[in-house]
Amino acid sequence: MYRYLLKRLLGLIPTLLIVAVLVFGFVHMLPGDPARLAAGPEAGPETIELVRKDLGLDLPLHQQFVRFFSNALQGDFGKSIRTKRPVSQEIAERFGPTFWLTVVAMAWSVVLGMFLGIVSAVWRNQWPDRLGMTLAVSGISFPSFALGMLLMQYFSVKLGWLPTVGADSWKHYVLPSLTLGAAVAAVMARFTRSSFIDILKEDYVRTARAKGLKETVVVIKHGLRNAMIPVVTMMGLQFGFLLGGSIVVEVVFNWPGMGRLLVDAVEMRDYPIIQALVLLFSLEFILINLVVDLLYAWINPTIRYR
Amino acid sequence: MNTPNAPESADRAVAAATTVPAASVATPSLPANLAASTRMRTPMAEFWRKFKRQKLALFAGVFIIALVLVAILAPWIVPYDAENFFDYDALNSPPTAKHWFGVDSLGRDIFSRILVGARISLAAGFVSVAIGAVIGAILGLLAGYYEGWWDRCVMRMSDVLFAFPGILLAIGIVAILGNGMINVIMAVAVFSVPAFARLVRGNVLALKQQTYIEAVRSIGAPDRVIMLRHLLPGTVSSVVVYLTMRIGTSIITAASLSFLGMGAQPPTPEWGAMLNEARSDMLNAPHVALFPSLAIFVTVLAFNLLGDGLRDALDPKLDN
Repeated sequence: MYRYLLKRLLGLIPTLLIVAVLVFGFVHMLPGDPARLAAGPEAGPETIELVRKDLGLDLPLHQQFVRFFSNALQGDFGKSIRTKRPVSQEIAERFGPTFWLTVVAMAWSVVLGMFLGIVSAVWRNQWPDRLGMTLAVSGISFPSFALGMLLMQYFSVKLGWLPTVGADSWKHYVLPSLTLGAAVAAVMARFTRSSFIDILKEDYVRTARAKGLKETVVVIKHGLRNAMIPVVTMMGLQFGFLLGGSIVVEVVFNWPGMGRLLVDAVEMRDYPIIQALVLLFSLEFILINLVVDLLYAWINPTIRYR
Repeated sequence: MNTPNAPESADRAVAAATTVPAASVATPSLPANLAASTRMRTPMAEFWRKFKRQKLALFAGVFIIALVLVAILAPWIVPYDAENFFDYDALNSPPTAKHWFGVDSLGRDIFSRILVGARISLAAGFVSVAIGAVIGAILGLLAGYYEGWWDRCVMRMSDVLFAFPGILLAIGIVAILGNGMINVIMAVAVFSVPAFARLVRGNVLALKQQTYIEAVRSIGAPDRVIMLRHLLPGTVSSVVVYLTMRIGTSIITAASLSFLGMGAQPPTPEWGAMLNEARSDMLNAPHVALFPSLAIFVTVLAFNLLGDGLRDALDPKLDN
């Protein structure tokens, strides 16, 4: 197990390197001169040259990359062009709200999605199945920003039950996490259903029934654990979707998180922030996929990693 | 899903034939007595027999065709000009007989804007997915057929692209290329490429082992012919299913980027951009946001339902 973990961690290095090269190259692909961008619109040619030296943009490309990479490893991404504060500080403030929003959204959507999926599989082709799958295909088709706006209009503006924007209390989490999780719950429901239908046809399920076990025991104890294996993979993939989705949802609810920061940074061409966020988002995504692989071993003892 | 099972009965053989390239079923290998008892269907007829039983998917398909027609004809059939007609007496008016979907805060007719917006959203969905599918299919075909370093190279690149959540990649690309609908389409196309490449590669790796490919190779067919005439058609069914679902996702992604202000710019009546404009007036005129939301929802729903139906009709394992 530890050897497998080590192997997987080492295997991440090439992917991470390519991602880092892309993120580094990003600045050089931006239209316009990054030194000019950093110096601001009023700066004269001398100031721009000074800024260029200061940022190391006058060095040869490979030296710039080494510098970028070693700084990035130490968590130094330079300063935000807009606020002049260190990028790491800007991001540290925004990390918490995004992290908790994603976790809350994931938690409820997995529970609800699996519940709907199991109900649909057990009562296959009957009304609970039709209802569950109608909900699921609708959830996949409804764009999150539209859902967020409509939920806000109804529950915050019309009924006044929940706050509209901000992230101060648990009440603030309700609508954004519902919005963010809806599509994931829908995907989980569809996936759990098809995984469960396959499991319920297995011989060991028939054996369990033949032993005279109650149907709930058959479903929960014999079905659920086996159906979990593909479902957990799906969960990992959906986490990436949540990370991306949080960008849009944070804009709708004016959430003080990393997604909002990214959209503002793109608008302001604040490239150090964009670089750091893209790197961070993809690192998170890669690590989550690793965790998912490890979860496999925990759920399914027949898998032995080497 | 695409590996045909060994045919045990005539029915199964016909079912399997739908997923095997047309070239390989041109001369049916069924024994004469079996062929006589079962009317031989072409793969297309077999597909249609299964597909027309899926009422919901059929309905979704008809809806999409109607929507495409509306989108093409939009400039001629809209009741009002989508960008330059302003009804100042009915600002933020809810739906009426004169304005079916109401009027926005600038006095523009929302129904007309939605019809014209269908052009943009459908074009964004179709074009981006078509680009992604063509490039992805070529890369996947070559990777699956030749394997070796080229395969490793393509797969490594798709790993890297998969290391970014889709919309993040799109935002990065738009940040480089600048705002605008064309750039959004490019960005969405880029992150469709690896998915299609993997799908086609996986299919090709499986199909390559089939006897008919060995047969074609033994009569001396060049690689180009094997790939294009004998392998590619075998991947069509799974590509079509994925493509249909992907169009829905791409429409949402493109609308999301416009919503974030990176795609279509006002006054262009793109659905996501319309929602972005509606945000400032949610208190007074919630209907301005409601109709573009419904337009996106219904369109994407139709593509998803059609995709589900196509999958069920094209999957030989679900033959009843």
